[in-house]
Amino acid sequence: MSFAWPRRVWEFYRDGFRSMRLGKKLWLLVAIKLFVLFVVIKWLFFPDLLKTRFHNDRERGAFVLDQLTHTKE
Amino acid sequence: MHIDPSLVEWSRAQFALTALYHWLFVPLTLGLTFIVAIMETIYVKTGNEWWKKTTRFWMGLLAINFAIGLATGIIMEFEFGTNWSNYSWIVGDIFGAPLAIEGLMAFFMESTFFAVMFFGWDKVSKRMHLLSTWLVAIGSNLSALWILVANGWMQHPVGMRFNPDTARNEMVDFWAVLFNPNAYSKFLHTISGGYVLASLFVISISAWYLLRKRNIQFAKRSIMVAASFGLIVSLFNVTTGDDSARHVAQDQPMKLAAMEGLYQGKSGAEIVTFGILNPSKKVGDKQEPFLVKVAIPDGLSLLSYHRVDAYVPGIRELVYGSKEHGIPSVAEKMKRGKEAVAALTAYKAAKKAGDTAKMEAAKKRFEANSTYLGYGYLKTPLQAVPSVPITFYAFHTMVGLGTWFVLLFIVILYFTMTNTLERHRKWLWAALFSLPLGYVAQESGWITAEVGRQPWAIQDMLPVGMATSNIVTSPVMITFWLFAILFTALLIAEVKIMTTQIKLGPVELKEDSHV
Repeated sequence: MSFAWPRRVWEFYRDGFRSMRLGKKLWLLVAIKLFVLFVVIKWLFFPDLLKTRFHNDRERGAFVLDQLTHTKE
Repeated sequence: MHIDPSLVEWSRAQFALTALYHWLFVPLTLGLTFIVAIMETIYVKTGNEWWKKTTRFWMGLLAINFAIGLATGIIMEFEFGTNWSNYSWIVGDIFGAPLAIEGLMAFFMESTFFAVMFFGWDKVSKRMHLLSTWLVAIGSNLSALWILVANGWMQHPVGMRFNPDTARNEMVDFWAVLFNPNAYSKFLHTISGGYVLASLFVISISAWYLLRKRNIQFAKRSIMVAASFGLIVSLFNVTTGDDSARHVAQDQPMKLAAMEGLYQGKSGAEIVTFGILNPSKKVGDKQEPFLVKVAIPDGLSLLSYHRVDAYVPGIRELVYGSKEHGIPSVAEKMKRGKEAVAALTAYKAAKKAGDTAKMEAAKKRFEANSTYLGYGYLKTPLQAVPSVPITFYAFHTMVGLGTWFVLLFIVILYFTMTNTLERHRKWLWAALFSLPLGYVAQESGWITAEVGRQPWAIQDMLPVGMATSNIVTSPVMITFWLFAILFTALLIAEVKIMTTQIKLGPVELKEDSHV
């Protein structure tokens, strides 16, 4: 099995990143932003309510139907 | 379901904040990818290295905008799951397919062709590189298509059926969702608006170089491309705007009435080109709706229905109904909506009791009234009226600025073609200051579209208050301010990095370096 093609792809990206000037600053900014978004904000403040509160779609559907029909849980 | 009204308002404010900030980044990417693709095509056709340098400079600014804007839209998906879980569940089946396609497309296009576009200048052939640049342009715009298909569906839900067993809208016709007239007119209007903004971006920065008497040839070349592109797409933007407004007239007449401050419906309705609304005007009273206005007779009828004598309903008729014109009142719709809600309740009870005959009867009753389901949750008919001042002023700001941009592109293109642009410094200043106006127009368009369709999260089907999750308000308030700080920091970073690059200018870019 030849690894020539994957190696060329790897080298393409590696050389591309190495030769960046402004790009390095941008990637750093992107990394910080993604960390803040996914690790801090998503984890602390944005749970998927229906996924965390209920076990399956049947329960989720029943809950939403209760909400739509003004029936308290 | 009782939900604290302040929770609904904070959830709305948070979503509006994230959407408005997200939209500061997206339209420039949509348009600038095409402008750099055109510039690179000229480079490949002519072999002139100046065009390569010009392309790479604008590509560098595109990279900055792309990197800063990247993933700002994902926050809205977080909000769907937490703040809007009812809505998210109800639309899940419809949004799943378009958003999954969008995600896959964005991932593959961005990780492959974007990389070739930025890293591949000396690694792949000229034609392969050009192909990658065009594919990035087409791919990012197709990404927008799927998002706008989802948004178009909320404005005009089609191709689905509400299933009371799952409490979801289930897709029954994918093609009806994809070719929803509301969605494609919105898509074309939105992307062409992005092209206009990108043209303004290139012209504005180039005008700055000309005012500073530097990079003259580069600036003129860039303006020639951007003004030609800008003129074509701004005219296209006008036609798509007209198409979009006609769909609004058919599918969301209340939004159209709010856009025009039309309280009293009439045949041969005029279109207001400029106006100041009377702030004390109420629906159904005898006060004049405008303090001052300039209007074109029959204009609204003509633009909305392509007939000068067409009847355009006003807010009053849409709220209180009009037998003469066959318009049901909101009170009647509320009655039907409450029937739909009662039928859902009966269906649920019959299902629990295992009574299939009653389930079937309740389902039939629900289906007969389901078109008005959302009205069943309104407390008063006037809740069906969106904010007229916000919708009216946002719409007129967008249209006024759009008209100005057409004029600007014509004048700038003429001066460029006659090689007299440098002498017309006032026009260069006008071009420079038109860039922030481009962003104002973009945001005004979305404010018109989204505020104008209130109170609906899904038109006629689900009001915003029912779409909200019943959660504690304080985390929503905290994250609102967190996002405000985060996005403002990102915006400052974008402006700072961009202005540094612009000040360096294209001459400073080394041929052998990547962005």
